[in-house]
Amino acid sequence: MSENKSKPIKVKTKYAKSGPLLLIAAPGILYLLINNYIPMFGIFLAFKNFSYKKGIWKSPWNGFQNFKFLFHTKDAIIMTRNTILYNLAFIVIGTIFAITIAILLNALGDSIRTKFFQSSLLLPNLMSWVIIAYMVYAFLNSDSGFINNTILEALGKEDVAWYMERGYWPFILTIVYLWKNAGYMSIIYLAAIAGIDKSVYEAASLDGATKMQQIFRITLPLLKPTVIIMTLMAVGRIFFSDFGLFYQVPMNSGALYATTQTIDTYVYRGLMELNDVGMSAAAGLFQSVLGFIIVVTANAVVRKVDSDNALF
Amino acid sequence: MAKLKSAEHVASDAKRFEIISTVILGILAVIALLPIILIVIASFTDETTLLRNGYSFLPEKWSTDAYVYMLQQGATIFRAYGISVLVTLVGTVISVLITTMIAYPMSRKNFKYKNLLAFFVFFTMLFNGGVVPSYMMWTQVFNIKNTIWALILPNYLCGAFNIFLVRNYYANSIPDALIESAQIDGASELTIFFKIIFPLAVPTVATISLFTALTYWNDWVNALYYIQKPQFYGIQNLLIRIMNNIQYLKSGAASVAVGTGAIQLPSNAVRMSMAVIGILPIVVIYPFVQKYFVKGVVVGAVKG
Repeated sequence: MSENKSKPIKVKTKYAKSGPLLLIAAPGILYLLINNYIPMFGIFLAFKNFSYKKGIWKSPWNGFQNFKFLFHTKDAIIMTRNTILYNLAFIVIGTIFAITIAILLNALGDSIRTKFFQSSLLLPNLMSWVIIAYMVYAFLNSDSGFINNTILEALGKEDVAWYMERGYWPFILTIVYLWKNAGYMSIIYLAAIAGIDKSVYEAASLDGATKMQQIFRITLPLLKPTVIIMTLMAVGRIFFSDFGLFYQVPMNSGALYATTQTIDTYVYRGLMELNDVGMSAAAGLFQSVLGFIIVVTANAVVRKVDSDNALF
Repeated sequence: MAKLKSAEHVASDAKRFEIISTVILGILAVIALLPIILIVIASFTDETTLLRNGYSFLPEKWSTDAYVYMLQQGATIFRAYGISVLVTLVGTVISVLITTMIAYPMSRKNFKYKNLLAFFVFFTMLFNGGVVPSYMMWTQVFNIKNTIWALILPNYLCGAFNIFLVRNYYANSIPDALIESAQIDGASELTIFFKIIFPLAVPTVATISLFTALTYWNDWVNALYYIQKPQFYGIQNLLIRIMNNIQYLKSGAASVAVGTGAIQLPSNAVRMSMAVIGILPIVVIYPFVQKYFVKGVVVGAVKG
């Protein structure tokens, strides 16, 4: 939208013929209509007492009953709390790790070493959650896991039934999240650091500034806009969780729900395991609406801070 | 302010910082790779060693039994692998085609509905109907349950992120004059797109192909929702099933299984060897595609 900011003379745009261009866009438009827009109208399911026997149209309306039931249970509070707290932890700790990695990679310049480190740190991001769940299982399972059999044994400690003890999971899930995403998140910060004018550093080291001083006085202040944008974008997704992390990694263990249930896993379980379509739809709508409100709010904040980076 | 230091001091400080960076990154890189190494080693560990000592980085006894077993009893595995390959190929080709096509008019400055179309795409990033309405539409209206289409159609064919990635590439790298001169020569929009625009967009096509192929190869969610028949499982969902089944055998039927020691399934090792072949294609192509991956993430983040 910013391209025609400063046109000296107002030239009347001569439009291209729309027909052929629309035709080229048609398959994509059709797909988005089906995959994304029709389900938006399907949110009315949250206000129905759905049964598969009667189908989508013939199931009776029941007003706000689904929401009433949903918010009467402890589940609603637990899943919302978990979703938000995990996201906050991921944003804060993830950003710290990502920036640290970016600064360290940048310090090594363009070398084979740097390439090797970056490749290694990015590799986990390409793994599916199923594979990651296998890796976590290789470490944690109670009979043959590496931790119980090797580490705890060497320390002379009792085995831990990791998949039954909910108290450990906030830490486990945060570590797994960082393992998968920290390297990936650092790409953006590394690009931002690479964009900083080198002469600033040269001047600083001529004045005798140590590397640590340069990081705290130059790099971090100049990264601030990037951090703000990335954080606000993450805040915009604060009601959404990575389904694979919370469903696959804890192996769908019921004993852990108190610390692993998020809105996304609840919606899945309601729909596919408990056959409680109405409640599940209500939770999904609750998530979509809150998500929409917060993303619009976050964008308004971005626009205040730095209008160039606003999404819309 | 800080005290001034001599030039040597600064140089030695820089050297020290480089060493510290190398050490910290070295440790982080090892942590990143260790879980992958563990499952590879576990897949080559003798089953009785696994049962006695658990998964370990230095097994007492090595063995290739798991891979031999997979090759001999591999029909299910090969089938799942084939489905994963098929879904990844078909999904990626269709996705790249319709994504580059919808992005093209959005990049044309003189397209009347440019902004409207951009908003139409962008809005899908802001709001979604959620899982339940999607599930009902795909299963009740389109009836894709337990068909190969269930693995391809829902969710991943044409995402806003990729569309904007391509749109920005077209808008910034393909000069208007090129299109205008083709039009003067009498080329139709379709010809211009397929003969000029698409071939020029190779770098961005490489990037979105990579993203999309990874998405399809790693996807297990579509099958979780839409597939109940195991013959349609790709490698990821076969892995889920095997994890659950072996757990079930271990907890429920341990006493029953004792007497029937005829065929020894090296279950712990096989599990891990399957995970290894699940990540094999990614690890093999990774060195060649990393640069597109990094570029795509940077470009995508700059302006959505």
